[in-house]
Amino acid sequence: MDNENKPSAAARRQFLADTARMACGVGLLGLGVGLYARHAKALPPAAIRPPGALPETEFSAACIRCGLCVRDCPFDILHLAKPEEPMSTGTPYFVARQLPCEMCEDIPCVKACPTGALDHSLKDINKSKMGLAVLVDQETCLNFLGLRCDICYRVCPVIDKAITLDRQVNVRTGRHTHFIPVVHSDHCTGCGKCEKACPTEVASIKVFPLYMAKGQLSSHYRLGWVEKEKAGGSLGSAGCRAPVQHARGHEI
Amino acid sequence: MNATLKTSATRPGVEAIAAKGWLAAHKWLFLRRSSQVGILLLFLVGPWFGIWIVKGNLNFSYTLNFLPLTDPYVILQSLLARQVPEKLALIGVTIVVLFYLLVGGRAYCSWVCPVNLLTDFAYWLRVRLGLKGSAHISRPTRYWMLGMTLVAAAVTGSIAWEMVNPVSMMHRGLIFGLGLAWAVLLAVFLFDLFVMRHGWCGHLCPVGAFYSLIGRYTLTRIKLPAREACNDCMDCFAVCPEPQVIRPALKAIDGTPPVILESNCTNCGRCIDVCSKDVFAFGTRFNKVVNSVEPVTGVPQAAPK
Repeated sequence: MDNENKPSAAARRQFLADTARMACGVGLLGLGVGLYARHAKALPPAAIRPPGALPETEFSAACIRCGLCVRDCPFDILHLAKPEEPMSTGTPYFVARQLPCEMCEDIPCVKACPTGALDHSLKDINKSKMGLAVLVDQETCLNFLGLRCDICYRVCPVIDKAITLDRQVNVRTGRHTHFIPVVHSDHCTGCGKCEKACPTEVASIKVFPLYMAKGQLSSHYRLGWVEKEKAGGSLGSAGCRAPVQHARGHEI
Repeated sequence: MNATLKTSATRPGVEAIAAKGWLAAHKWLFLRRSSQVGILLLFLVGPWFGIWIVKGNLNFSYTLNFLPLTDPYVILQSLLARQVPEKLALIGVTIVVLFYLLVGGRAYCSWVCPVNLLTDFAYWLRVRLGLKGSAHISRPTRYWMLGMTLVAAAVTGSIAWEMVNPVSMMHRGLIFGLGLAWAVLLAVFLFDLFVMRHGWCGHLCPVGAFYSLIGRYTLTRIKLPAREACNDCMDCFAVCPEPQVIRPALKAIDGTPPVILESNCTNCGRCIDVCSKDVFAFGTRFNKVVNSVEPVTGVPQAAPK
């Protein structure tokens, strides 16, 4: 009995040791892969996803890195990320300063996507939100310096909606007007044409992924003038005319 | 007999070349290399010459804007990361799974996967240089790797393995630009050459492990219609990337029928090439009866079931 048991006990011990070694090795590798994947979920600011891309957390789960969007882009603006680039390997992106999105009306990149990582419900390219243009440097923007550069405004495919020129007094000269480019997030598609065309050495207007470019009001904030318009009249009693920046939300 | 044993021990396939001629002793190897290189070229003539036959890569490809083919393994990871793909990708999965149910799960490894060219070259060089030592990692480790990649997908909510997967990295890299992927591939090559015999494809690769699961039910298998003609030259064991799959069927261990049902057989067909006695042939998993053409003496041939 003992004689029979001894080798099997040794074999069992060996088996358990081997299994533990294997599990630990693979587990450590898995930890590395997991951490790497987590890191890659923060998209680098210069990389803009194609139109219709799901939010980054969902995108990295849905995109199978096949490159069909890259192939069907008629302007060859899309690349697949290489392993050394700081985002999920093999996922598509473009760099606006190199080549911006041309905003094809039939959106071939989205149509080509087999998984819906580029959302097929996007039918109107003007509704796409690849990112948001931000006039990042007022110190170098030529219009802020008092010139009539206006290039970002003129190249914008959604001209007068996504970028408008707002007039301000040029207090330096006292007799001229600043034409200040203002980006409106409800119309900007993030195509990056403005960034590409900006004539300063480093672009003064840049497109960022939405999560970087947008702030967000707290959910309980109410804009008095909006509420007033919605309600068709003043929300408070007629006598109440105190100027209010914002009011706490009411349950209506 | 001793002399032939010795020559065959130094260079497997010598006997087969003498018996069948060089061409017949390399038939499946030649076809397999043609398939591997040919499939790669189909993907490459698009970006190289603007002839678009196949777009995409092995994760998903679209042939002639008609035939979708999807890697079921990457879709499984995507599903575990809680994303459901569009219909086109799912049609592609169905076609691919059905195809490999027909031709053999790990036929993907030996007939399609580009990494196999790399690791086969490493093995060839290893034999040429006479490198003997090999690290010990058990073969089932690949299933742990497979499990790890699936858990990683579920936990991170992303297709995490695709960030480092050498298989897709190589194929995508060759078509869309390698970047630093060459370093990963070099690592796989050096690992197979210096550290471990058949290390990546035979022990670690979770892609191969996934396809071996399809291989469990696959139709095309290597049959051994003449297993009693085996002269124990060991050439098949020497060339087989998964030699453990041969023995049960060849030696009728525990009444194993004369067909290799082990799911890790890659259907590469190299055993057919190097056998001077024509013990092996392509057949189906239902080939459970030994050829009666071969004169059989004394061995009970009735296959169980």
